[in-house]
Amino acid sequence: MRAAWTVCRRECSAYFASPIAYIVIVIFLLVVGWFFFSTFFLLNQASLRGFFRMLPVVFAFVVPAVTMRQFAEEFHSGSCEILLTLPVRLTEIVFGKFLACTIFVAALLAPTLAYPLLVASLGDLDPGPVIGGYLGALLLGAAFAAVGLFASALTKSQIVAFLTGSAISFGLCLVDQMAYFLPEAAARPLAHLAADVHFENIARGLVDTRDVLYFLSLGFLALYATVLVLEEKHG
Amino acid sequence: MIQVERLTKTFGAVRAVDGVSFEARRGEILGLLGPNGAGKTTTLRMLTGYLAPTSGRIRVGDYSTPGDPLEVKRITGYLPESAPLYPEMLVFDYLAFIAAARAIPAADRRRRIGDAAELCGIREVMHQPIAEISKGYKQRVGLAAVMLADPEILVLDEPTSGLDPNQIAEIREIIRRIGRAKTVIFSTHILSEAEATCDRVVIIHRGRIAADRPTAELKEALGGKIRLAILLEGADADGVERTLAPVAGVEELSCGPPDEAGRLPVAVVFAAGADPRAEIYRRIRGTDWTLLDFHLQRQSLEEVFRELTREG
Repeated sequence: MRAAWTVCRRECSAYFASPIAYIVIVIFLLVVGWFFFSTFFLLNQASLRGFFRMLPVVFAFVVPAVTMRQFAEEFHSGSCEILLTLPVRLTEIVFGKFLACTIFVAALLAPTLAYPLLVASLGDLDPGPVIGGYLGALLLGAAFAAVGLFASALTKSQIVAFLTGSAISFGLCLVDQMAYFLPEAAARPLAHLAADVHFENIARGLVDTRDVLYFLSLGFLALYATVLVLEEKHG
Repeated sequence: MIQVERLTKTFGAVRAVDGVSFEARRGEILGLLGPNGAGKTTTLRMLTGYLAPTSGRIRVGDYSTPGDPLEVKRITGYLPESAPLYPEMLVFDYLAFIAAARAIPAADRRRRIGDAAELCGIREVMHQPIAEISKGYKQRVGLAAVMLADPEILVLDEPTSGLDPNQIAEIREIIRRIGRAKTVIFSTHILSEAEATCDRVVIIHRGRIAADRPTAELKEALGGKIRLAILLEGADADGVERTLAPVAGVEELSCGPPDEAGRLPVAVVFAAGADPRAEIYRRIRGTDWTLLDFHLQRQSLEEVFRELTREG
Protein backbone atom coordinates (compact mmCIF):
# COMPACT_ATOMS: atom_id res chain seq x y z
CA MET A 1 0.00 0.00 0.00
CA ARG A 2 2.90 2.35 0.75
CA ALA A 3 4.17 1.99 -2.81
CA ALA A 4 0.65 2.52 -4.21
CA TRP A 5 0.44 5.76 -2.27
CA THR A 6 3.87 6.83 -3.64
CA VAL A 7 2.69 6.16 -7.21
CA CYS A 8 -0.60 7.95 -6.49
CA ARG A 9 1.19 11.05 -5.18
CA ARG A 10 3.41 11.19 -8.25
CA GLU A 11 0.44 10.88 -10.59
CA CYS A 12 -1.51 13.55 -8.71
CA SER A 13 1.42 15.96 -8.89
CA ALA A 14 1.78 15.16 -12.62
CA TYR A 15 -1.92 15.98 -13.15
CA PHE A 16 -1.89 19.24 -11.28
CA ALA A 17 1.52 20.38 -12.57
CA SER A 18 0.12 20.37 -16.09
CA PRO A 19 -2.32 22.94 -17.51
CA ILE A 20 -4.26 20.10 -19.19
CA ALA A 21 -5.80 19.14 -15.84
CA TYR A 22 -7.20 22.63 -15.34
CA ILE A 23 -8.40 22.79 -18.94
CA VAL A 24 -10.28 19.48 -18.48
CA ILE A 25 -11.83 20.75 -15.23
CA VAL A 26 -12.90 24.04 -16.83
CA ILE A 27 -14.37 22.33 -19.91
CA PHE A 28 -16.24 19.85 -17.69
CA LEU A 29 -17.67 22.66 -15.56
CA LEU A 30 -18.68 24.71 -18.61
CA VAL A 31 -20.40 21.76 -20.30
CA VAL A 32 -22.31 20.44 -17.27
CA GLY A 33 -23.02 23.97 -16.02
CA TRP A 34 -24.47 25.10 -19.32
CA PHE A 35 -26.62 21.99 -19.83
CA PHE A 36 -27.84 22.05 -16.23
CA PHE A 37 -28.69 25.71 -15.97
CA SER A 38 -30.16 25.99 -19.48
CA THR A 39 -33.12 23.85 -18.33
CA PHE A 40 -33.01 24.49 -14.59
CA PHE A 41 -35.05 27.71 -14.62
CA LEU A 42 -37.54 26.34 -17.18
CA LEU A 43 -38.32 23.34 -14.95
CA ASN A 44 -38.64 25.64 -11.93
CA GLN A 45 -37.72 22.81 -9.48
CA ALA A 46 -35.15 22.97 -6.67
CA SER A 47 -33.48 19.72 -7.74
CA LEU A 48 -30.15 18.57 -9.13
CA ARG A 49 -31.74 15.73 -11.10
CA GLY A 50 -30.89 17.35 -14.44
CA PHE A 51 -27.23 17.65 -13.44
CA PHE A 52 -26.92 14.05 -12.28
CA ARG A 53 -28.86 12.66 -15.28
CA MET A 54 -26.23 13.85 -17.73
CA LEU A 55 -23.22 12.74 -15.64
CA PRO A 56 -22.88 9.12 -16.93
CA VAL A 57 -22.59 10.25 -20.58
CA VAL A 58 -20.31 13.21 -19.73
CA PHE A 59 -18.09 10.96 -17.58
CA ALA A 60 -17.95 8.41 -20.42
CA PHE A 61 -15.91 11.01 -22.35
CA VAL A 62 -14.21 13.04 -19.64
CA VAL A 63 -12.87 10.20 -17.43
CA PRO A 64 -11.11 8.34 -20.32
CA ALA A 65 -9.49 11.69 -21.20
CA VAL A 66 -8.17 11.79 -17.63
CA THR A 67 -6.90 8.20 -17.66
CA MET A 68 -5.64 7.86 -21.24
CA ARG A 69 -2.05 8.91 -20.48
CA GLN A 70 -1.59 6.69 -17.43
CA PHE A 71 0.01 3.66 -19.10
CA ALA A 72 -0.05 4.68 -22.80
CA GLU A 73 2.31 7.59 -22.14
CA GLU A 74 4.58 5.41 -19.97
CA PHE A 75 4.85 2.90 -22.84
CA HIS A 76 5.33 5.67 -25.41
CA SER A 77 8.09 7.49 -23.54
CA GLY A 78 9.71 4.33 -22.18
CA SER A 79 9.39 5.48 -18.55
CA CYS A 80 7.49 2.23 -17.88
CA GLU A 81 10.89 0.50 -18.09
CA ILE A 82 11.94 2.37 -14.96
CA LEU A 83 8.55 2.12 -13.24
CA LEU A 84 8.15 -1.62 -13.85
CA THR A 85 11.70 -2.42 -12.71
CA LEU A 86 11.27 -0.70 -9.35
CA PRO A 87 10.75 -3.14 -6.47
CA VAL A 88 7.01 -2.48 -6.53
CA ARG A 89 4.20 -4.96 -7.29
CA LEU A 90 2.13 -4.47 -10.44
CA THR A 91 -1.01 -4.40 -8.31
CA GLU A 92 0.45 -1.48 -6.32
CA ILE A 93 1.31 0.46 -9.48
CA VAL A 94 -2.17 -0.10 -10.94
CA PHE A 95 -3.91 0.74 -7.68
CA GLY A 96 -1.77 3.86 -7.19
CA LYS A 97 -2.67 5.14 -10.64
CA PHE A 98 -6.34 4.26 -10.09
CA LEU A 99 -6.35 6.18 -6.82
CA ALA A 100 -4.84 9.24 -8.53
CA CYS A 101 -7.49 9.12 -11.29
CA THR A 102 -10.26 8.80 -8.70
CA ILE A 103 -8.86 11.79 -6.80
CA PHE A 104 -8.90 13.73 -10.07
CA VAL A 105 -12.55 12.76 -10.64
CA ALA A 106 -13.29 14.02 -7.12
CA ALA A 107 -11.47 17.25 -8.01
CA LEU A 108 -13.70 17.53 -11.10
CA LEU A 109 -16.81 17.16 -8.98
CA ALA A 110 -15.69 19.40 -6.10
CA PRO A 111 -16.49 22.75 -7.77
CA THR A 112 -19.99 21.51 -8.67
CA LEU A 113 -20.77 21.43 -4.93
CA ALA A 114 -21.59 25.08 -5.53
CA TYR A 115 -24.70 23.94 -7.49
CA PRO A 116 -26.57 22.43 -4.51
CA LEU A 117 -25.65 25.47 -2.41
CA LEU A 118 -27.06 27.76 -5.11
CA VAL A 119 -30.17 25.63 -5.65
CA ALA A 120 -30.78 25.39 -1.89
CA SER A 121 -30.73 29.19 -1.71
CA LEU A 122 -33.42 29.36 -4.41
CA GLY A 123 -35.81 26.69 -3.09
CA ASP A 124 -36.37 23.69 -0.84
CA LEU A 125 -33.68 21.20 -1.85
CA ASP A 126 -33.98 17.57 -0.65
CA PRO A 127 -30.49 16.64 0.64
CA GLY A 128 -30.95 12.82 0.19
CA PRO A 129 -30.73 12.72 -3.64
CA VAL A 130 -27.87 15.26 -3.54
CA ILE A 131 -25.77 13.14 -1.17
CA GLY A 132 -26.72 9.99 -3.10
CA GLY A 133 -25.95 11.72 -6.39
CA TYR A 134 -22.45 12.71 -5.33
CA LEU A 135 -21.75 9.28 -3.84
CA GLY A 136 -22.98 7.67 -7.08
CA ALA A 137 -20.94 10.11 -9.17
CA LEU A 138 -17.81 9.19 -7.27
CA LEU A 139 -18.52 5.47 -7.67
CA LEU A 140 -19.32 5.92 -11.37
CA GLY A 141 -16.20 8.05 -11.93
CA ALA A 142 -14.00 5.52 -10.11
CA ALA A 143 -15.44 2.60 -12.13
CA PHE A 144 -14.92 4.48 -15.42
CA ALA A 145 -11.39 5.41 -14.26
CA ALA A 146 -10.66 1.69 -13.84
CA VAL A 147 -12.05 1.03 -17.34
CA GLY A 148 -9.93 3.89 -18.71
CA LEU A 149 -6.81 2.48 -17.04
CA PHE A 150 -7.48 -0.88 -18.65
CA ALA A 151 -7.79 0.83 -22.05
CA SER A 152 -4.57 2.75 -21.41
CA ALA A 153 -2.68 -0.46 -20.56
CA LEU A 154 -3.58 -1.92 -23.95
CA THR A 155 -1.74 0.59 -26.14
CA LYS A 156 1.08 3.09 -26.59
CA SER A 157 -1.28 5.63 -28.16
CA GLN A 158 -3.19 8.00 -25.89
CA ILE A 159 -5.80 8.57 -28.61
CA VAL A 160 -6.45 4.83 -28.96
CA ALA A 161 -6.62 4.57 -25.16
CA PHE A 162 -9.14 7.44 -25.03
CA LEU A 163 -11.32 6.01 -27.81
CA THR A 164 -11.27 2.50 -26.31
CA GLY A 165 -12.04 3.78 -22.81
CA SER A 166 -14.85 6.02 -24.11
CA ALA A 167 -16.33 3.25 -26.24
CA ILE A 168 -16.50 0.84 -23.27
CA SER A 169 -17.82 3.50 -20.87
CA PHE A 170 -20.34 4.86 -23.37
CA GLY A 171 -21.40 1.30 -24.19
CA LEU A 172 -22.03 0.69 -20.48
CA CYS A 173 -24.26 3.79 -20.44
CA LEU A 174 -26.25 2.69 -23.50
CA VAL A 175 -26.50 -1.02 -22.89
CA ASP A 176 -30.00 -0.81 -21.35
CA GLN A 177 -31.31 1.16 -24.33
CA MET A 178 -29.71 -1.21 -26.81
CA ALA A 179 -31.33 -4.08 -24.95
CA TYR A 180 -34.77 -2.91 -26.24
CA PHE A 181 -33.94 -4.52 -29.56
CA LEU A 182 -33.20 -7.91 -27.97
CA PRO A 183 -35.61 -10.62 -26.83
CA GLU A 184 -36.69 -10.08 -23.24
CA ALA A 185 -34.78 -13.10 -21.95
CA ALA A 186 -31.54 -11.53 -23.16
CA ALA A 187 -32.53 -7.93 -22.50
CA ARG A 188 -33.19 -8.32 -18.77
CA PRO A 189 -29.70 -9.56 -17.71
CA LEU A 190 -28.11 -7.13 -20.12
CA ALA A 191 -29.97 -4.23 -18.56
CA HIS A 192 -28.32 -5.05 -15.22
CA LEU A 193 -24.99 -4.14 -16.82
CA ALA A 194 -26.13 -0.57 -17.49
CA ALA A 195 -24.00 1.91 -15.53
CA ASP A 196 -26.52 4.75 -15.89
CA VAL A 197 -29.38 2.70 -14.39
CA HIS A 198 -27.33 1.82 -11.28
CA PHE A 199 -26.15 5.41 -11.01
CA GLU A 200 -29.68 6.81 -11.28
CA ASN A 201 -30.83 4.45 -8.52
CA ILE A 202 -28.18 5.85 -6.16
CA ALA A 203 -28.82 9.42 -7.36
CA ARG A 204 -32.45 9.10 -6.26
CA GLY A 205 -31.11 8.94 -2.73
CA LEU A 206 -31.65 5.18 -2.33
CA VAL A 207 -28.26 3.65 -1.71
CA ASP A 208 -28.88 -0.02 -2.56
CA THR A 209 -25.98 -2.44 -1.98
CA ARG A 210 -26.68 -4.00 -5.43
CA ASP A 211 -25.89 -0.69 -7.12
CA VAL A 212 -22.81 -0.08 -4.98
CA LEU A 213 -21.65 -3.65 -5.63
CA TYR A 214 -22.11 -3.12 -9.38
CA PHE A 215 -19.64 -0.22 -9.41
CA LEU A 216 -17.22 -1.97 -7.06
CA SER A 217 -17.33 -5.11 -9.24
CA LEU A 218 -16.89 -3.15 -12.46
CA GLY A 219 -13.92 -1.29 -10.97
CA PHE A 220 -12.36 -4.47 -9.58
CA LEU A 221 -12.80 -6.36 -12.87
CA ALA A 222 -11.27 -3.54 -14.91
CA LEU A 223 -8.31 -3.18 -12.53
CA TYR A 224 -7.77 -6.94 -12.48
CA ALA A 225 -7.85 -6.98 -16.30
CA THR A 226 -5.29 -4.12 -16.27
CA VAL A 227 -2.94 -6.16 -14.08
CA LEU A 228 -3.39 -9.18 -16.38
CA VAL A 229 -2.62 -7.10 -19.48
CA LEU A 230 0.55 -5.71 -17.85
CA GLU A 231 1.58 -9.18 -16.66
CA GLU A 232 1.08 -10.54 -20.15
CA LYS A 233 3.28 -7.78 -21.56
CA HIS A 234 5.97 -7.73 -18.89
CA GLY A 235 5.40 -10.32 -16.19
CA MET B 1 27.11 -11.83 -8.48
CA ILE B 2 25.05 -12.45 -11.65
CA GLN B 3 24.75 -15.80 -13.36
CA VAL B 4 22.75 -16.06 -16.54
CA GLU B 5 21.97 -19.60 -17.65
CA ARG B 6 20.67 -20.52 -21.11
CA LEU B 7 18.48 -17.43 -21.28
CA THR B 8 16.03 -17.42 -24.17
CA LYS B 9 13.36 -14.95 -25.21
CA THR B 10 11.03 -15.36 -28.15
CA PHE B 11 8.56 -12.85 -29.53
CA GLY B 12 6.16 -14.88 -31.67
CA ALA B 13 8.34 -16.67 -34.18
CA VAL B 14 11.34 -14.42 -33.54
CA ARG B 15 14.02 -15.72 -31.17
CA ALA B 16 15.52 -12.46 -29.89
CA VAL B 17 17.80 -14.11 -27.33
CA ASP B 18 18.89 -17.68 -27.86
CA GLY B 19 20.45 -19.64 -24.99
CA VAL B 20 22.66 -16.84 -23.63
CA SER B 21 24.83 -17.70 -20.60
CA PHE B 22 27.37 -15.48 -18.86
CA GLU B 23 28.55 -14.36 -15.45
CA ALA B 24 29.44 -11.03 -13.91
CA ARG B 25 31.38 -10.71 -10.67
CA ARG B 26 31.36 -8.02 -7.99
CA GLY B 27 33.54 -5.06 -8.87
CA GLU B 28 33.47 -5.97 -12.54
CA ILE B 29 32.29 -3.79 -15.41
CA LEU B 30 30.85 -6.07 -18.05
CA GLY B 31 30.14 -4.74 -21.52
CA LEU B 32 27.41 -6.29 -23.61
CA LEU B 33 28.42 -5.57 -27.15
CA GLY B 34 26.62 -6.26 -30.37
CA PRO B 35 25.20 -4.77 -33.53
CA ASN B 36 21.71 -3.25 -33.45
CA GLY B 37 19.05 -5.93 -33.03
CA ALA B 38 21.54 -8.43 -31.59
CA GLY B 39 19.46 -8.98 -28.43
CA LYS B 40 21.39 -6.78 -25.97
CA THR B 41 18.44 -4.73 -24.74
CA THR B 42 16.19 -7.79 -24.49
CA THR B 43 18.85 -9.50 -22.39
CA LEU B 44 19.15 -6.48 -20.09
CA ARG B 45 15.36 -6.21 -19.81
CA MET B 46 15.23 -9.82 -18.65
CA LEU B 47 18.08 -9.20 -16.17
CA THR B 48 16.10 -6.37 -14.59
CA GLY B 49 12.75 -8.15 -14.50
CA TYR B 50 11.11 -5.93 -17.12
CA LEU B 51 10.61 -8.92 -19.40
CA ALA B 52 10.11 -12.50 -18.32
CA PRO B 53 12.43 -15.01 -20.02
CA THR B 54 10.82 -17.65 -22.23
CA SER B 55 13.26 -20.12 -20.70
CA GLY B 56 16.49 -20.08 -18.73
CA ARG B 57 17.41 -18.72 -15.34
CA ILE B 58 18.98 -15.58 -13.94
CA ARG B 59 20.66 -15.71 -10.55
CA VAL B 60 21.32 -12.33 -8.98
CA GLY B 61 23.11 -12.58 -5.63
CA ASP B 62 21.05 -14.95 -3.50
CA TYR B 63 17.93 -14.54 -5.61
CA SER B 64 16.76 -15.80 -8.95
CA THR B 65 14.17 -15.10 -11.62
CA PRO B 66 11.70 -16.53 -12.18
CA GLY B 67 11.13 -16.87 -8.45
CA ASP B 68 12.07 -13.72 -6.55
CA PRO B 69 11.44 -10.88 -9.03
CA LEU B 70 10.91 -8.23 -6.34
CA GLU B 71 14.11 -9.17 -4.50
CA VAL B 72 16.04 -9.09 -7.77
CA LYS B 73 14.58 -5.65 -8.53
CA ARG B 74 15.51 -4.49 -5.03
CA ILE B 75 19.23 -5.16 -5.50
CA THR B 76 19.35 -4.10 -9.15
CA GLY B 77 19.34 -0.58 -10.52
CA TYR B 78 18.38 -0.13 -14.17
CA LEU B 79 18.84 2.81 -16.51
CA PRO B 80 17.16 2.17 -19.87
CA GLU B 81 18.43 3.69 -23.11
CA SER B 82 17.89 7.48 -23.42
CA ALA B 83 17.01 7.73 -19.69
CA PRO B 84 13.19 7.95 -20.01
CA LEU B 85 12.41 10.10 -16.97
CA TYR B 86 9.22 12.04 -16.19
CA PRO B 87 9.78 15.37 -17.98
CA GLU B 88 7.27 17.39 -15.97
CA MET B 89 8.99 16.67 -12.64
CA LEU B 90 11.75 18.65 -11.00
CA VAL B 91 15.00 16.69 -10.70
CA PHE B 92 14.77 16.68 -6.90
CA ASP B 93 11.13 15.54 -6.95
CA TYR B 94 11.98 12.75 -9.37
CA LEU B 95 14.78 11.49 -7.14
CA ALA B 96 12.48 11.77 -4.10
CA PHE B 97 9.85 9.69 -5.94
CA ILE B 98 12.37 6.97 -6.80
CA ALA B 99 13.69 7.03 -3.22
CA ALA B 100 10.16 6.58 -1.85
CA ALA B 101 9.33 3.83 -4.37
CA ARG B 102 12.54 2.04 -3.40
CA ALA B 103 11.42 2.25 0.25
CA ILE B 104 14.40 4.31 1.42
CA PRO B 105 13.50 5.50 4.95
CA ALA B 106 12.16 9.06 4.88
CA ALA B 107 14.84 10.22 7.35
CA ASP B 108 17.60 9.03 4.99
CA ARG B 109 16.18 10.33 1.72
CA ARG B 110 17.69 13.83 1.70
CA ARG B 111 21.15 12.52 2.51
CA ARG B 112 20.94 9.76 -0.12
CA ILE B 113 19.66 12.19 -2.76
CA GLY B 114 22.51 14.55 -1.87
CA ASP B 115 25.11 11.76 -2.12
CA ALA B 116 23.78 10.53 -5.47
CA ALA B 117 23.62 14.12 -6.79
CA GLU B 118 27.23 14.65 -5.71
CA LEU B 119 28.42 11.40 -7.30
CA CYS B 120 26.72 12.17 -10.61
CA GLY B 121 27.40 15.92 -10.62
CA ILE B 122 23.81 17.16 -10.83
CA ARG B 123 23.66 19.51 -7.84
CA GLU B 124 23.23 22.56 -10.08
CA VAL B 125 20.09 21.21 -11.80
CA MET B 126 18.28 19.78 -8.76
CA HIS B 127 15.47 22.34 -8.91
CA GLN B 128 15.00 22.43 -12.67
CA PRO B 129 12.26 20.57 -14.56
CA ILE B 130 13.66 17.43 -16.23
CA ALA B 131 12.22 18.61 -19.58
CA GLU B 132 14.54 21.63 -19.48
CA ILE B 133 17.90 19.98 -18.71
CA SER B 134 20.36 18.73 -21.34
CA LYS B 135 20.54 15.13 -22.49
CA GLY B 136 23.80 14.66 -20.62
CA TYR B 137 22.21 15.86 -17.39
CA LYS B 138 19.18 13.62 -18.00
CA GLN B 139 21.51 10.66 -18.27
CA ARG B 140 23.23 11.69 -15.06
CA VAL B 141 19.88 12.16 -13.28
CA GLY B 142 18.98 8.63 -14.44
CA LEU B 143 22.26 7.35 -13.02
CA ALA B 144 21.70 9.23 -9.77
CA ALA B 145 18.23 7.65 -9.50
CA VAL B 146 19.81 4.24 -10.03
CA MET B 147 22.43 4.94 -7.33
CA LEU B 148 19.93 6.17 -4.72
CA ALA B 149 19.21 2.77 -3.22
CA ASP B 150 22.89 1.80 -3.44
CA PRO B 151 22.10 -1.33 -5.52
CA GLU B 152 24.57 -4.21 -5.76
CA ILE B 153 24.13 -4.38 -9.52
CA LEU B 154 23.78 -1.64 -12.08
CA VAL B 155 22.35 -2.39 -15.49
CA LEU B 156 22.78 0.41 -18.02
CA ASP B 157 21.46 0.25 -21.57
CA GLU B 158 23.57 2.34 -23.96
CA PRO B 159 24.33 4.91 -21.24
CA THR B 160 26.22 7.27 -23.53
CA SER B 161 24.04 7.08 -26.61
CA GLY B 162 23.35 10.48 -28.13
CA LEU B 163 25.77 12.38 -25.89
CA ASP B 164 28.53 14.72 -27.01
CA PRO B 165 32.19 13.69 -26.48
CA ASN B 166 32.55 15.66 -23.23
CA GLN B 167 29.37 14.18 -21.81
CA ILE B 168 30.48 10.70 -22.89
CA ALA B 169 33.78 11.13 -21.03
CA GLU B 170 31.92 12.29 -17.91
CA ILE B 171 29.46 9.39 -17.93
CA ARG B 172 32.30 6.90 -18.51
CA GLU B 173 34.16 8.34 -15.55
CA ILE B 174 31.07 7.98 -13.33
CA ILE B 175 30.58 4.37 -14.50
CA ARG B 176 34.23 3.58 -13.77
CA ARG B 177 33.92 5.12 -10.31
CA ILE B 178 30.75 3.13 -9.58
CA GLY B 179 32.26 -0.03 -11.06
CA ARG B 180 35.01 -0.15 -8.42
CA ALA B 181 32.59 -1.46 -5.79
CA LYS B 182 29.55 -2.65 -7.77
CA THR B 183 28.77 -5.02 -10.56
CA VAL B 184 28.04 -2.96 -13.65
CA ILE B 185 26.59 -4.44 -16.82
CA PHE B 186 26.11 -2.11 -19.71
CA SER B 187 25.29 -2.50 -23.34
CA THR B 188 26.84 -0.50 -26.09
CA HIS B 189 27.52 -0.65 -29.77
CA ILE B 190 30.25 1.96 -29.39
CA LEU B 191 33.26 -0.28 -29.33
CA SER B 192 35.74 2.25 -28.07
CA GLU B 193 33.48 2.63 -25.07
CA ALA B 194 33.68 -1.06 -24.20
CA GLU B 195 37.42 -0.91 -24.76
CA ALA B 196 37.79 2.13 -22.50
CA THR B 197 35.41 1.15 -19.72
CA CYS B 198 34.88 -2.62 -19.47
CA ASP B 199 36.87 -5.25 -17.65
CA ARG B 200 35.15 -7.91 -19.67
CA VAL B 201 33.22 -7.98 -22.92
CA VAL B 202 30.39 -10.29 -23.98
CA ILE B 203 29.71 -10.00 -27.68
CA ILE B 204 26.15 -10.88 -28.68
CA HIS B 205 25.22 -11.51 -32.27
CA ARG B 206 21.82 -12.69 -33.50
CA GLY B 207 20.76 -13.49 -29.95
CA ARG B 208 23.76 -15.70 -29.24
CA ILE B 209 27.08 -15.14 -27.54
CA ALA B 210 29.89 -14.76 -30.04
CA ALA B 211 32.63 -14.09 -27.47
CA ASP B 212 32.99 -13.72 -23.70
CA ARG B 213 36.48 -12.71 -22.53
CA PRO B 214 38.30 -10.05 -20.53
CA THR B 215 38.71 -7.04 -22.81
CA ALA B 216 42.50 -7.31 -23.08
CA GLU B 217 42.40 -11.09 -23.53
CA LEU B 218 39.79 -10.83 -26.25
CA LYS B 219 41.91 -8.40 -28.21
CA GLU B 220 44.95 -10.55 -27.58
CA ALA B 221 43.29 -13.80 -28.61
CA LEU B 222 41.57 -12.50 -31.68
CA GLY B 223 43.83 -9.62 -32.40
CA GLY B 224 47.10 -11.19 -31.32
CA LYS B 225 48.54 -10.03 -34.60
CA ILE B 226 50.35 -6.77 -34.16
CA ARG B 227 50.70 -4.60 -37.21
CA LEU B 228 53.58 -2.23 -37.94
CA ALA B 229 52.69 0.74 -40.12
CA ILE B 230 55.61 2.17 -42.10
CA LEU B 231 55.72 5.08 -44.54
CA LEU B 232 58.69 5.19 -46.93
CA GLU B 233 59.89 7.73 -49.45
CA GLY B 234 61.90 6.62 -52.43
CA ALA B 235 60.90 2.97 -52.08
CA ASP B 236 59.11 0.66 -54.48
CA ALA B 237 56.88 -2.28 -53.59
CA ASP B 238 59.17 -4.97 -55.05
CA GLY B 239 62.21 -3.62 -53.23
CA VAL B 240 60.31 -3.49 -49.93
CA GLU B 241 59.09 -7.06 -50.46
CA ARG B 242 62.66 -8.28 -51.14
CA THR B 243 64.15 -6.45 -48.18
CA LEU B 244 61.57 -6.94 -45.42
CA ALA B 245 59.63 -10.14 -46.20
CA PRO B 246 62.54 -12.48 -45.27
CA VAL B 247 62.91 -10.92 -41.78
CA ALA B 248 62.18 -13.54 -39.11
CA GLY B 249 58.87 -12.81 -37.35
CA VAL B 250 57.25 -11.12 -40.34
CA GLU B 251 54.12 -13.08 -41.15
CA GLU B 252 52.54 -10.85 -43.70
CA LEU B 253 53.70 -7.82 -45.63
CA SER B 254 51.61 -5.61 -47.85
CA CYS B 255 52.33 -2.39 -49.68
CA GLY B 256 49.58 0.09 -50.44
CA PRO B 257 49.52 2.22 -53.54
CA PRO B 258 51.96 5.18 -53.28
CA ASP B 259 50.32 8.53 -52.47
CA GLU B 260 50.51 11.65 -54.69
CA ALA B 261 53.93 12.52 -53.28
CA GLY B 262 55.19 9.03 -54.14
CA ARG B 263 55.33 7.87 -50.51
CA LEU B 264 54.72 4.16 -50.05
CA PRO B 265 52.64 2.88 -47.10
CA VAL B 266 53.69 -0.56 -45.87
CA ALA B 267 51.87 -2.79 -43.39
CA VAL B 268 53.81 -5.56 -41.67
CA VAL B 269 51.93 -8.16 -39.60
CA PHE B 270 54.02 -9.90 -36.94
CA ALA B 271 53.82 -13.61 -36.15
CA ALA B 272 52.35 -14.35 -32.71
CA GLY B 273 54.85 -13.47 -29.98
CA ALA B 274 57.42 -12.01 -32.41
CA ASP B 275 58.77 -8.44 -32.40
CA PRO B 276 61.04 -7.92 -35.43
CA ARG B 277 61.01 -4.10 -35.23
CA ALA B 278 64.74 -3.74 -34.59
CA GLU B 279 65.70 -5.92 -37.59
CA ILE B 280 63.18 -4.16 -39.86
CA TYR B 281 64.64 -0.79 -38.85
CA ARG B 282 68.21 -1.98 -39.48
CA ARG B 283 67.27 -3.21 -42.96
CA ILE B 284 65.54 0.06 -43.85
CA ARG B 285 68.59 2.00 -42.59
CA GLY B 286 70.74 -0.04 -44.98
CA THR B 287 68.80 1.28 -47.99
CA ASP B 288 68.51 4.77 -49.48
CA TRP B 289 64.82 5.04 -48.53
CA THR B 290 63.65 7.80 -46.22
CA LEU B 291 61.71 6.55 -43.22
CA LEU B 292 58.78 8.93 -42.58
CA ASP B 293 56.64 6.90 -40.20
CA PHE B 294 57.16 3.78 -38.11
CA HIS B 295 54.48 2.87 -35.55
CA LEU B 296 52.68 -0.14 -34.09
CA GLN B 297 48.97 -0.68 -34.59
CA ARG B 298 47.14 -3.11 -32.33
CA GLN B 299 43.99 -4.61 -33.75
CA SER B 300 41.19 -2.60 -32.19
CA LEU B 301 38.14 -4.11 -30.60
CA GLU B 302 36.28 -2.67 -33.53
CA GLU B 303 38.09 -5.01 -35.89
CA VAL B 304 37.59 -7.92 -33.50
CA PHE B 305 33.91 -7.08 -33.34
CA ARG B 306 33.60 -6.90 -37.13
CA GLU B 307 35.38 -10.22 -37.45
CA LEU B 308 33.05 -11.92 -34.97
CA THR B 309 29.81 -10.46 -36.21
CA ARG B 310 30.52 -10.60 -39.92
CA GLU B 311 27.41 -11.66 -41.80
CA GLY B 312 27.33 -15.00 -43.60
